[in-house]
Amino acid sequence: MSENDMSAGTSISADDVAIVGIGMHPFGRHEGVSGMDMGVAAVQTALKDAGAEWSDMQFAFGGSAAAGSPDTMVSKLGLTGLQFINVANGCATGGSALFSAYNTIKAGVFDLGMAVGFDKHERGAFRVNTKASGLGDWYGQSGMALTTQFFGMKINRYMHEHGITNDALARVSEKAFRNGSKNEMAWRRKPLSMDEVKESAMLSYPLTQYMFCSPGEGGVALILSRADKAHKYTDTPIFLKAAVVRSRRFGSFEVMAPHIALEHNSGPSVDASAAAFEMAGIGPEDIDVAQLQDTESGAEIMHMAENGFCEHGEQEHMLAMGETEIDGRLPVNTDGGCLANGEPIGASGLRQVYENVLQLRGGAGDRQVPNNPRTAYTHVYGAPGISGVTILAR
Amino acid sequence: MEETVGNQIPVQEGVFTWPSNEPRLIGSKCTSCGNVMFPTQASCPKCSGVTTEETHLGRTGTLWTWTVQGYPPKSPPYAGDASPKTFEPFGVGYVELPGEVKVETRLTIADPEELQIGMEMEMTLIPLFTNDDGQEVMTFAFSPIESSTTGE
Repeated sequence: MSENDMSAGTSISADDVAIVGIGMHPFGRHEGVSGMDMGVAAVQTALKDAGAEWSDMQFAFGGSAAAGSPDTMVSKLGLTGLQFINVANGCATGGSALFSAYNTIKAGVFDLGMAVGFDKHERGAFRVNTKASGLGDWYGQSGMALTTQFFGMKINRYMHEHGITNDALARVSEKAFRNGSKNEMAWRRKPLSMDEVKESAMLSYPLTQYMFCSPGEGGVALILSRADKAHKYTDTPIFLKAAVVRSRRFGSFEVMAPHIALEHNSGPSVDASAAAFEMAGIGPEDIDVAQLQDTESGAEIMHMAENGFCEHGEQEHMLAMGETEIDGRLPVNTDGGCLANGEPIGASGLRQVYENVLQLRGGAGDRQVPNNPRTAYTHVYGAPGISGVTILAR
Repeated sequence: MEETVGNQIPVQEGVFTWPSNEPRLIGSKCTSCGNVMFPTQASCPKCSGVTTEETHLGRTGTLWTWTVQGYPPKSPPYAGDASPKTFEPFGVGYVELPGEVKVETRLTIADPEELQIGMEMEMTLIPLFTNDDGQEVMTFAFSPIESSTTGE
């Protein structure tokens, strides 16, 4: 029974999966450092964290949207012959790498392996390849192929329907940069006041510059092990209780959509969240800390409800009461989220899991969630309407 | 080739009727379930049906949501004025066409004070840029119907 006590009241079985090592290259802008090198640095840090060698890795799933083929990193890490598969799945690339690693172990194919993601994007908003998105040239030429517009339009409609105010949008950014200031890995570490957030340049009404995250750079690596072998590598294994990726269903409102149906569907985040909670056998009320996709501040607000943590509209009060602060009832984006860290696509979803592992180990330093959190939740969302969710427990 | 009218050509053939005094967006209707799509596509995302027929969408509807593009989009893909010095913000929204579909569209208005969810809109064409041959390249947009802004 001793092992049962260590996994949030649930028993460890042979096909459970644990995260036994984590590594990160700081996010931000790093002149002269390639995205690939950030990935390599993250892997080497994760190996050290687990007390493992690269030659111990039986498999890896790697993702990068704009910084090269991840499998070529073996020439820097060591040519060991391991199975290395590249993953490309838009904004859910990191989540998809983790999902793949998780299921590889669950299926009993391998005992120990890695999910790694890194990226390095050009400055400014993402340049959308309309052809690759299945859209005609006219769409981009006419000025509609911008992800920022989608987020402005989605939150504008949401504010209209659910009474969310501009103050709530500014509060999310203020929290993100305050949390980021306590995170040595974050890109933007200068706290900003609500007024500074509101008064920055209006990029896509009602969203201002400091309400948006920026494409950036960084790398994250996670080492996964069969749960019953996790103690070979760490005294504090963190168990992956669920990993889910979902695409959109008919009627949802998604980025890069020339049309949306008249009938309404609540979207892939709702579906992914429900599936993850079912897989983990717990509910939103059981989660102690959550990292939710905050491409912009309105996204965090909408995703709080879409992931089941509140009703639509309750966010206004929750934010005003500080309930999503690090010492609040449900801490959200404790590392500063995408807003403070930026969004290197291949690494972004893995950053959230990295932060949750730190929080569950009790190793998050100045931004540690109090009272020994036992369960943690991550959620990524991105084009063309894809969501990835994980649930961790110790 | 796109037909030139006066000195204007459409941004792409097959997106809206051209030439036309009352331009309409060209969409598809699923022959199995009746789902309406824009632009045209050969199969249906609702029922996975494999046959669709071309349909010309309604010209009027209501503004479902909107934003204002406040910074110059990257060019390419944007073909309009993306110069930081001369760029003018433009409105973008979804207009709900009754009984059909919501379409994403440029708006002729870019002032948040003048845009309201639920307002009545109608389709028009706007110049996007002037090409190397001196022709005005046109794309579609929706514009508020004047009468809807009174009596509030």
